[in-house]
Amino acid sequence: MNDHHHHHDDHHHHHDNRYSDMEARVRALETVLTEKGLVDPAAINAIVETYETKVGPRNGAQVVAKAWTDPVYAEWLQRDATAAIASLGFTGRQGEHMRAVFNTNETHNLVVCTLCSCYPWSVLGLPPVWYKAPAYRSRAVIDPRGVLDEFGVVLPQDTKIRVWDSTAELRYLVVPQRPSGTEGMSEADLADLVTRDSMIGTGLALAPEAAR
Amino acid sequence: MFPEPWTAEAFAMTVHLHERGVFSWTEWAEALSTEVHRPGRAEDGSDYFDCWVEALSALLGAKGIADGEQVLGLQRSWQRAAKATPHGQPIELRNDPQR
Repeated sequence: MNDHHHHHDDHHHHHDNRYSDMEARVRALETVLTEKGLVDPAAINAIVETYETKVGPRNGAQVVAKAWTDPVYAEWLQRDATAAIASLGFTGRQGEHMRAVFNTNETHNLVVCTLCSCYPWSVLGLPPVWYKAPAYRSRAVIDPRGVLDEFGVVLPQDTKIRVWDSTAELRYLVVPQRPSGTEGMSEADLADLVTRDSMIGTGLALAPEAAR
Repeated sequence: MFPEPWTAEAFAMTVHLHERGVFSWTEWAEALSTEVHRPGRAEDGSDYFDCWVEALSALLGAKGIADGEQVLGLQRSWQRAAKATPHGQPIELRNDPQR
């Protein structure tokens, strides 16, 4: 399928089918697993569809907006994020525990996975490319302020930055601070201010005028 | 999110196998971590799904589910099958001329 990217002047035929090594490896694993009855192609398709269309950072944004407007929910989220998030219908497929970390005037939270790429899928969907890149994974720990700077997030010098390293068992959701000027906004409108990056900690929630 | 269809399939297969109890998510994270920490990996993470597939192959090999030699043989067979299949027709393993 990559052949479509080739230029007309090279010597590849446009209509050749070709499998890259990785593409063919996936086919090969699928062949073995199907023969052994370990994978069901319909289930595989359903999983892909779920992650492509149903699971994404809008889930997390709902959690954050609810925490902004409902102090009882916020307290629950702080105490038992796994249950508070599951109550909105977002449950992890890997049985992982969730922890919500709240930004305050004193502390900004930043999430990384130095081990590989553990990420709170149930609330944020699949991780962005930079989250999986070695540059972010190593620098978020060594130089979080420099990393935030690159994302355009400038915090007061006396704001402490806490870096949370995710694991297979424990994933973090950053609850950004509620922007000023949002008093009286509905939960749904507030959710529009909550970006994916603000829930990883590489961004802040949008100001109401910026979201329009 | 998924740069190419095979990355989505690799991802979904892993999630599916975990749900069926073939391996724990901790085992998976360890396998993936081993691959992403190999020297020579791309700084920009562009080979992330290559790591993913290598990790899945290694884990299934270690579990005795998919033998490395067998998988490599099938991988080459799929590549020959792809090459032998006219454009527009579904690629099937039996299209491999050597099968």
